[in-house]
Amino acid sequence: MEISPELYQDMQDEIAPKSKSYINIPMAFVSGGLICLLGECILNLLTHFGLEQEAASAWTSVTLVFLSALLTGLGWYERIAKHAGAGTLVPITGFANGVTSSAIEARTEGWILGVGAKIFTIAGPVILYGTAASVVYGLCLKLFQMFTA
Amino acid sequence: MMEYVWAFLIGGAICAVGQVLIDYTKLTPARILTGYVVAGVLLSGLGLYQPLIDFAGGGATVPLTGFGHLLAEGIRKSVEEKGWLGVFSGGLTASAAGITAAMLFGLAASAIFKPKDK
Amino acid sequence: MAQALARGVLRLERPVYAAGYAAVAGKKEGQGPMGKCFDRVEEDSHFGQETWEQAESRMQQETIYLAMQKAGTKPEDTDLILAGDLINQCTSSTYSLRPFGIPFLGLFGACSTMAEGLAIGSLLLENGAGRRAAAATSSHFSTAERQFRYPLSYGGQRPPSAQWTCTASGAVVLDRETTDAPRIRGVCIGKITDLGVCDANNMGAAMAPAAADTLTRWFQGTGTTPAEYDAIVTGDLGEIGGKLLLDLVMKQGYEIHPKYHDCGVLMFDGDRQDTHAGGSGCGCGGSLLCGHFLPRVKSGEIRRMLFMATGALMSPMLIQQGESIPGIAHLIEIVCGEE
Repeated sequence: MEISPELYQDMQDEIAPKSKSYINIPMAFVSGGLICLLGECILNLLTHFGLEQEAASAWTSVTLVFLSALLTGLGWYERIAKHAGAGTLVPITGFANGVTSSAIEARTEGWILGVGAKIFTIAGPVILYGTAASVVYGLCLKLFQMFTA
Repeated sequence: MMEYVWAFLIGGAICAVGQVLIDYTKLTPARILTGYVVAGVLLSGLGLYQPLIDFAGGGATVPLTGFGHLLAEGIRKSVEEKGWLGVFSGGLTASAAGITAAMLFGLAASAIFKPKDK
Repeated sequence: MAQALARGVLRLERPVYAAGYAAVAGKKEGQGPMGKCFDRVEEDSHFGQETWEQAESRMQQETIYLAMQKAGTKPEDTDLILAGDLINQCTSSTYSLRPFGIPFLGLFGACSTMAEGLAIGSLLLENGAGRRAAAATSSHFSTAERQFRYPLSYGGQRPPSAQWTCTASGAVVLDRETTDAPRIRGVCIGKITDLGVCDANNMGAAMAPAAADTLTRWFQGTGTTPAEYDAIVTGDLGEIGGKLLLDLVMKQGYEIHPKYHDCGVLMFDGDRQDTHAGGSGCGCGGSLLCGHFLPRVKSGEIRRMLFMATGALMSPMLIQQGESIPGIAHLIEIVCGEE
């Protein structure tokens, strides 16, 4: 067959089905917005009961992570995420879903090399590069201090 | 009341950007999430993220950019308190609650639930 | 002895028959438009086992038993078996066949395995390697998802070009001495073909060039035209790959459209079952060949057909290294009864 990869790419582009962005983006907006709204509600409830801002914020994260892990275990998170897309991916609940789903999945391979080793298959990069970026930022801060002092 | 509206709108907008990345680029979810966290660190470092949080509350802290902000904020404090050691310890200290919760609940879920078919 | 009409295009001189064939499928496949054609539809996607991998092996094992039963034979009377699947080291097949004690050749051809097994099996029998040989394959949505993509409960969105790995299995018992059964008359061995598709969510596009190459070589080698066949069937090109195949063979001067079916497209109702571009997996083509097409060849409704199982020879590791996805397609010609 004498068809170049370039020509074949053109053939594919012609028939490629498009993502239904006119549904996907509003769905992501609404579902993501609702999760953030839930976070805001929990946050305000906790500060209302006298928690300091920082502690309330941490408890909010813990609560959202818990809810996400529970829904993931019940198999509901995936069903919502199918429609919500980035709306359930980008909030911290998406991070928790990545951790929990990897852990549940690896259970058949045992506690150590299964769950233990594979729990961060999806969420690992987030922690690694988030931490690395923060260290770079810390170095910049420190160097800046040294030169301005 | 307006704070809830802004939390919804800003949080929704941050997620909608993620959906644009899913639909119009070849980026995998893992790359998008990593990008969000790094972007959060960057925006926080430039001093742009704290104003957004003051304005939108949960709308800015719940998305993963907020996680990045938490890391950067932790570094900023610990560098002041502990100097060089703070560069290493600040980020994870500040984000410890969220990460530990994810690990712990993930572990618990793997003990309780069986993987389900779609 | 088989006669080589062209490189990789072989005509069997002595008849080899598909004496028995069986298909087992999962719940979702059972709810699809082809649901009624399977010998058995299992509601429990774990097939009563502890792990997904064991489930797939179990499904394949049951399919092989059923096919032997329908052929009126037993494992002891089967001279050899050829089987393969998608899972690393072909474990679904090796663990499925562990209790049988049949001389075994393991195959890896990704989703092209059904045709690959039938091709090798019929060639071996034709050359006197025995009387009976079985060819089997399987795929399971959950084992494939685990190995190639994300955890099952991970909330990802599948792009519109993605295909749904079928939980299904097909097995055929080939016999040299039966009559009144669909007959394998020709084989075309596929070449690895790669037109640079790197998107693991677009397998149909990665496989279509291989299918077009095999089909074109078959028509050229045998000197036949699409009009001479009642059905030209591919394994799992899906909506996108199917369209690309029609385009590609059209460029070579062959119009196959009126005869063309794809098992991936037939398997699911895309809108109702949310399967996007169609079904995929070894079991997709394998189960529909055994459950839908072979019975129609036997009844005479289809007199002469081409079955081409297509495989995307994909490895997640090589994709991460930036490689493209090589495709392959093997073809077998199946005819009804005697010359």
